[in-house]
Amino acid sequence: MIEISNLTVRFGGVTPLDTMTVAFKEGTCGLIGPNGAGKSTFFNVLSGFVKPAAGSVTAFGENLLAMPHFKRARWGVRRTFQTEQAIEQLSVFDNVAMIHEHSALSRGSRRADTLAAIKFVGLDIDPDRKVGTLGAAERRLVEVARAVVGRPRLILLDEPAAGLPEEETAHMGQVIRAIPEQAEALVILVDHDMSLVSACCSVTSVLDFGKLIASGPTTEVLRDENVIRAYLGTEALSDEVVVA
Amino acid sequence: MTTTKIPTPSSDSDSHSGSGKQLIALQLSKLDKRAKARVVVTVAILAFALFAMPSILSLYYVDAMTQVTVYAIVALGLGVLVGRVGLVSLGQAAVLALGAWVAARLLFATALPYPLVLLLAGLITMALGTLIGLPALRMRGLYLALITLMLAGAITVALATTNFPNGGHGFLGYNSNVVHTPAIRRPAIATSDPAFLRYSIVVAILMFLLVVWHLRSRPGRAWAAIRQSEASALAAGINTTRYKLWAFALASFLTGVAGGLLAGADQFLYSIDFQPQDSITLLAVVLMGGVYNVWGAVIAGLFMQLLPQLLNSWNVSPYWLVVLFGIGALQVLTTAPAGIVDQLPKDLARLGRFVYRQFRRAAPVGGAQ
Repeated sequence: MIEISNLTVRFGGVTPLDTMTVAFKEGTCGLIGPNGAGKSTFFNVLSGFVKPAAGSVTAFGENLLAMPHFKRARWGVRRTFQTEQAIEQLSVFDNVAMIHEHSALSRGSRRADTLAAIKFVGLDIDPDRKVGTLGAAERRLVEVARAVVGRPRLILLDEPAAGLPEEETAHMGQVIRAIPEQAEALVILVDHDMSLVSACCSVTSVLDFGKLIASGPTTEVLRDENVIRAYLGTEALSDEVVVA
Repeated sequence: MTTTKIPTPSSDSDSHSGSGKQLIALQLSKLDKRAKARVVVTVAILAFALFAMPSILSLYYVDAMTQVTVYAIVALGLGVLVGRVGLVSLGQAAVLALGAWVAARLLFATALPYPLVLLLAGLITMALGTLIGLPALRMRGLYLALITLMLAGAITVALATTNFPNGGHGFLGYNSNVVHTPAIRRPAIATSDPAFLRYSIVVAILMFLLVVWHLRSRPGRAWAAIRQSEASALAAGINTTRYKLWAFALASFLTGVAGGLLAGADQFLYSIDFQPQDSITLLAVVLMGGVYNVWGAVIAGLFMQLLPQLLNSWNVSPYWLVVLFGIGALQVLTTAPAGIVDQLPKDLARLGRFVYRQFRRAAPVGGAQ
C-alpha cells in the first residue's frame, strides 16, 4: 500500500505534477496518461531524483520522501527505465547480483536468489554473458530481473515493453502479472500499450497535465469520458458524440 | 479490492530449466579452459619479465623498463578512473610527484623498510589525491579534466617553489647545497639496477592484483553501473559519492606507490621531471593502450617510457611521439575505443587470415603452371 497525497512538483513555471492524490493498494496497478502527463516525473519522485514542492508519499507506513535516494533501493524500491539501463559491461548474473548486493539480504542467498530471478523472467541464456551482447527484449528482461531480486516492496516499471514486438510484449506481460506473487511486491506499471495495461492491471490511474483525472478498475477507467477526452482531444469526442 | 488470479510466466521457459544447470556447467568448464590458457600465458610473460629480462637487457634498457613498470602502475590507476568509472583526471602526473616526494622524504627521514615506505607513500598520496578527486562529485567530463589539470599545475608550482624534493634531514629537511644532494636509498635486496627492476615488477604485480580484485568484486560492479548511468546506479542502491571517491582513492594509492618506486629508481628527483603536460600524455597513452583491460596499462607504460628511449637510441627525435600520441588518441576515440590491447589481437588475426588467403590463392596458380 502506497499513499500519495497532494504531491506537487514544479520546474520553474511548469507544474508536471499538480496536487496528485491517489493510493496504490496491491498487485499490479496501472498508471497511464498522454506524453508529458507526469508519469515519469512521478517515478522520479519515488526514486528520489526529483524533490517535490509539496505533498507526501507514505509507503507501507513509512515516509518515503525522507529517505536519501540511494537508500531507497535497500528499503525496497526498484525501478526500470524508459530507456533500458541494464549495465552493458557486466554479465547478466552480475547485473542482477549487484542489486542483491546493495539490498538488505545476506550474501549467502545471493547466488540462488540471482539465478532464481533470471529464471523467473524466462531468460534462457548463459548468465555469464555480457549484457552488451544481448538483444533489446533480453535486456528488458534483465532489467525486470534486477527489479524483482532482493526482496523488493515497490516495483516501478517505466514502459518495460517499449519497442518490443508483439510476441515479446506478450511474454513481458506474463512476467509482469506474475511479479506480485513471486516478489510479494506492489507493482506500478507505466505504459502506452493499453492492451498490456489491461492485461496486467486490475486497477489503473490516469494522469493528464500533472493532474489525476481518473482512478479505479481498469475497464471502467478506460471507458471514462475524461480519459477518452485526454487521449483523443475534445474535438474528437464531440465528433463522436455527434456521430452517435 | 479483489486481486485477479495470477498466472505464472510462460511454461515455455520452465521446460528449459532442467537442462539449464547442465548448460551452465558445460559453459563453465569451457570458460575454465580459456581461463587456464590465459593464466599460463600471463605466468609465462611475468616469469620472463621477472627472471630473464633484467639479466638480458643492457643497463640503458633496464632503466627504461623500470620506468615502464612505474608508469604502468600509474596508467593502471588512471585506467580505472577513465575506463571503469568514466572520470577523466588530468592530474595524475602531479599525484605521481606527490607520491615520489612523500616516499623520498620518508626514505631520508626514517630507517623504515622500503615496503613500508611504499605503503605509507601510497596511503598519504591516497589521502591527498582523493582531495583532488573531490570536484568529481559535482562535475565530470571536460570540466573535471580542466579542474584536475589546474590542480596538477598548482601542485607542480608549489613543489618547484619549495625546492622539491630536497635532500636534507627529517621529513621537511632542507639542503641548501644543491650539488651534493644525497641519493635516495633503495631496498637492501635491490641496490643494483636489474635487482631494482625485479623489485618494481613484483610491486607492480601486487598492484595489478589489487585492481583485478577490485574490478571483480563489489566496487567494480558499482563503478560499471556509475559509468553507464548515474541515475540507474542510484536506483540500484549504490552510494555514487562513496564509490567515485573510492575510485580516486584507489588510483591515488597506486600512483603513490608508483611514486615511491620512482624515487628509488631515479635516486635523485627534480621538480622539472614532473610537468603538468605529462598528465595529458599519460591520458593519451592510457587511451591508446586500452582502458577496459588491465594489460592496456602495460602497453601504456611501454608507450610512455620505452618508445622515447628506443627513438633516442635510433637517433630519432622523441618529440615525434607527441604527434604520434595525438593521432593515436584520436584514432582510439573515433574507431577503436577499447584500445590497442583489444585491437592488436583482432588485427593480427585479420593479418593472419589475409596472409593465409594470399598463400592459398598463390598456390593453385603455381600448380597450374
